[in-house]
Amino acid sequence: MLEVRNLSMRFGGLLAVDQVSLNVQEHEIVSIIGPNGAGKTTVFNCMSGFYAPTGGEILFQGREIQGTPDYKISRLGLVRTFQHVRLFNKMTVVENLLVAQHRHLNTNLLSGLIKTPNYREREQKSLDRAAYWLDRVGLLELANREAGNLAYGQQRRLEIARCMVTEPQLLMLDEPAAGLNPAETRELNQLIISLKEDYRVSVVLIEHDMSLVMEISDRINVINQGKPLASGTPDEIRHNDDVIKAYLGEA
Amino acid sequence: MQDLLYFVQQLINGLTIGSAYALIAIGYTMVYGIIGMINFAHGEVYMIGAYTALIAITGLAAFGIAWLPLVLLVALVCAVIVSSAMGWAVERVAYRPVRGRHRLIPLISAIGMSIFLQNYVHLAQGSRNMGFPLLIEGGFRFGAADSFQTSISYMQITIFITTLVCMTALSLFISRSRTGRACRAVSQDLGMSNLLGIDTNKIIAATFVIGAALAAVAGLLLGMYYGSIDPLFGFIAGLKAFTAAVLGGIGSIPGAMLGGIILGISESMTSGYLSGEYKDVVSFGLLILILLFKPTGLLGKPEVEKI
Repeated sequence: MLEVRNLSMRFGGLLAVDQVSLNVQEHEIVSIIGPNGAGKTTVFNCMSGFYAPTGGEILFQGREIQGTPDYKISRLGLVRTFQHVRLFNKMTVVENLLVAQHRHLNTNLLSGLIKTPNYREREQKSLDRAAYWLDRVGLLELANREAGNLAYGQQRRLEIARCMVTEPQLLMLDEPAAGLNPAETRELNQLIISLKEDYRVSVVLIEHDMSLVMEISDRINVINQGKPLASGTPDEIRHNDDVIKAYLGEA
Repeated sequence: MQDLLYFVQQLINGLTIGSAYALIAIGYTMVYGIIGMINFAHGEVYMIGAYTALIAITGLAAFGIAWLPLVLLVALVCAVIVSSAMGWAVERVAYRPVRGRHRLIPLISAIGMSIFLQNYVHLAQGSRNMGFPLLIEGGFRFGAADSFQTSISYMQITIFITTLVCMTALSLFISRSRTGRACRAVSQDLGMSNLLGIDTNKIIAATFVIGAALAAVAGLLLGMYYGSIDPLFGFIAGLKAFTAAVLGGIGSIPGAMLGGIILGISESMTSGYLSGEYKDVVSFGLLILILLFKPTGLLGKPEVEKI
């Protein structure tokens, strides 16, 4: 579904990403791990169109997308979150989900002014979908709160719900567990697994929380100092000497 | 008693002019709220609205149509259409091509647009004052016949009520409609809105158009109220409305309404108790004071620099 070939990204004299390759199959959770500053987020930024990579190819469903602007990529069904939460803080929780469906509700201004039956029907549908996802992430009771007033863990879940109402095919999560307590991390675990199992999306994940990564990933890619270090199943990675060295330092 | 009547008169005048300022100020505040820039061609859009209305009224009179509601409706619709098109064009020509560049660049292109429009009207319509027919005549009077009388003209009532209707419609539109919701999202985080599939270009264009339509309404109303227009008609009114927007907190729609009313009342009080010549001094003095002591305006929130 997604294939990254020999991706490189150079910022002036700094080669932040050097010849990284990875691929994601349908209905699969793939993690990217590595020490701080390894270039994980840069890979993400290239994949989501935030940066135009200086080398290599990115294919999404057989189509080259490197250098395509991020908003066009998201319309292809490749949606991402950021390391920091980026909700519409001054809008209510449910409005955050409604506004994300704006494109699906492609109607003109006039039908909104006179509230045609078609308009109402679509508005109802998007409301239903929003309610469904709020229930799914356990925020239904907070639907009319301002998003900025939610607890941090709730904001994280709302962000995932907001991605999901756009009906993506591939979800890219940048450190979704950062700042969550162990209980919240467990909930997130289950949510991500269910996204794959029940909603048939693929997930690419950057994460430092190893328990989360090992538990939910189908495959793991390790990057160190911009270079690919290893890739394989969680078990293979756990016992890979290079990975242990990179994380713990040489003995 | 007489003092009170005099005071009430100033209050009425202030509310009238203030609500018209508020209508124009919406255009500044909405555009600022969405793209963080001041639309300096907005005063010209307002002026063109007034001219279009005048042309429509004159045209109808030439055909012998004088039924007041029809004349007003046609003038209003023409003014709104032409001004909206102008607002859309300003965004397309002066803002979109340079969006994302240094902030001074769109500022300068907007000033250029403003000069262009002003001079275009100079050429097309001549630089002389043009009389604007007072279509709504008459009014109420209060107070004893031998002393000062407070008067409210039907024109003033029309201005006040039209503003009220427009503001209510706008508030409902922003808070309830789908496009309004998208407007709020874009003003909070343009990049994220784009990522979520909102057509941000369309939304930005829509804010210019909405602001321009309201300015056209104000153009028709104030044209009739003042009784004459000229190509510089938009310049001072634009500055005043800008002041009103800053006073209330730029980016905030209720702020623009409040700012307009406060500015209108303080101007009319100055004219009434001091001298008409001081009213501009007072309004721009107010602008300086607010910038010095509360730069975010009365209803504006302290801005966190967007990352």
